[in-house]
Amino acid sequence: MEPCLFLSINTFITDPLTHDFMRKALFMSSLVAAVCGFLSSYLTLKGWALMGDAVSHSVMPGVVVAYALGLPFSLGAFIFGVGSVALIGFVKQKSRVKEDTVIGLVFTGFFALGIVLVSKIKSNIDLHSILFGSPLGISLSDVKQTVLISLLVVILLSVFRKDLMLYCFDPRHAKTVGINVLFLHYLLLTCLSLAAVVGLQTVGIILVVAMLITPGATAYLLTDQFDNMTIISILSAIISSVIGIYCSFWFDLETGGSIVLAQTFIFLFAFLFAPRYGIFKIKKFFSNYK
Amino acid sequence: MDKPNYQNYRIEAENICVDYNGKVALYDANLRLKPGQICGLVGMNGAGKTTFFNALTGFVNISKGKIRINGESLRSAQKDQTIAYVPQSEGIDSQFPVNVWDVVMMGRYGSMNVLRCPRESDVQAVKDAIERVDLTNFLSTPIGNLSGGQRKRTFLARAIAQRASILLLDEPFTGVDIRTEKLISELFIQFKNEGKTILLSTHDMIHVREFCDLVLLINKTVVAYGETSEVFTPENITSTFGGISPDVLFGPES
Repeated sequence: MEPCLFLSINTFITDPLTHDFMRKALFMSSLVAAVCGFLSSYLTLKGWALMGDAVSHSVMPGVVVAYALGLPFSLGAFIFGVGSVALIGFVKQKSRVKEDTVIGLVFTGFFALGIVLVSKIKSNIDLHSILFGSPLGISLSDVKQTVLISLLVVILLSVFRKDLMLYCFDPRHAKTVGINVLFLHYLLLTCLSLAAVVGLQTVGIILVVAMLITPGATAYLLTDQFDNMTIISILSAIISSVIGIYCSFWFDLETGGSIVLAQTFIFLFAFLFAPRYGIFKIKKFFSNYK
Repeated sequence: MDKPNYQNYRIEAENICVDYNGKVALYDANLRLKPGQICGLVGMNGAGKTTFFNALTGFVNISKGKIRINGESLRSAQKDQTIAYVPQSEGIDSQFPVNVWDVVMMGRYGSMNVLRCPRESDVQAVKDAIERVDLTNFLSTPIGNLSGGQRKRTFLARAIAQRASILLLDEPFTGVDIRTEKLISELFIQFKNEGKTILLSTHDMIHVREFCDLVLLINKTVVAYGETSEVFTPENITSTFGGISPDVLFGPES
């Protein structure tokens, strides 16, 4: 390799690391990506993509109210995230409206409430950073909150990893062998709300659903083993975060958008070239020419 | 092997009702089964067969009536791994990223610790179960790559690994190959000799005559119940299927 090229690649990687805010952003985004990626394999298998979208949008008024009252924003977000799910369940049960309609109805309602609240409560709330995330400007107290919540979610998901997998796969069997299915249902919803809370810091409310869906979908195309799917999902999420942040640093791009775009490109790559399930079935191609 | 105690009922369902948001799916249904009995559950689509299974597994709550398993509550039967459910082929996501071993191991989850770490005995139970359904060569095959019959056998192995004494099978013969059908019928005879109680739903009238000691005809409620030879009459079948003559269902020879 030529020295000058080597040097430039070296600078490309190390230069951003000399900045404190970049190190923090890389750490935080990778952590959040890992949490969302972990959860992502369950959500995609359970078919809860729309639910992820709903919860992540519904936390908006919670964030605004928490800021206005000087409470930790994660608390407000969590309450509204869980509240939206409860409301979706209630409206669905008590009316003849179909589930996807109810989900769309409830989360847009919450989201609109959040936007109206922002315009009414004159404070230093930065609407842009809530909607699109601001991983480069995370405060120390936010870092602590995020680390704590992330640890909690990772521990919960690790402990109930197999039960949740069974719950997604065959809830009836889980119930038959005495596993508490209702508990697992709310556990997954709680983790979803918590992941949405931490995710909105890096990529913002609008794009956090991508963090909850794309890594799992990518992994689903690449493996037939649940444990591998979880690992691939987490890895692809972390790699996307790092790529996204570097790109946003060097090319001056919106950070949240770059992270999600990186995830989308990795998905596209898997969609086209996954050995077994890609459009160009590479495995078949090679085995034909053996 | 202990001689099964034929004095006691394995399954006792008394006047059970199930409704979904006020819509009645099943009412005043009764069923009593002893160890070693095989009972066929016959009815039209939407007659409440799956609802009946859901009630017996505890997957839906009954709004009225009583279910006793081995004289105990459903809750303790679940804790004791007494009931195994073998789902209908359409009831599961065949693209889920799990292999044969993973699925059969799920039969052991209920008796494992909270982290579901398999012990030596669990591994052995899974191995034995997979051997009984003749899938030893497919241990690490993803369920998406199995044939319908092989997939059915995988779920049967899960029930065997669970060591349940009651097996509930939703359409065990639908969409399976001849080989699987033969294997399942042989297993049924073994289960019967082991004193297990089997309740299976089926569309195929020939299977009812072949295996079932008892038959339960339902159409939202029990139309007829008893020994197959007495209950499985053209008149009863006609009323179960809402007036369709058995000729249509069996062909003219019956």
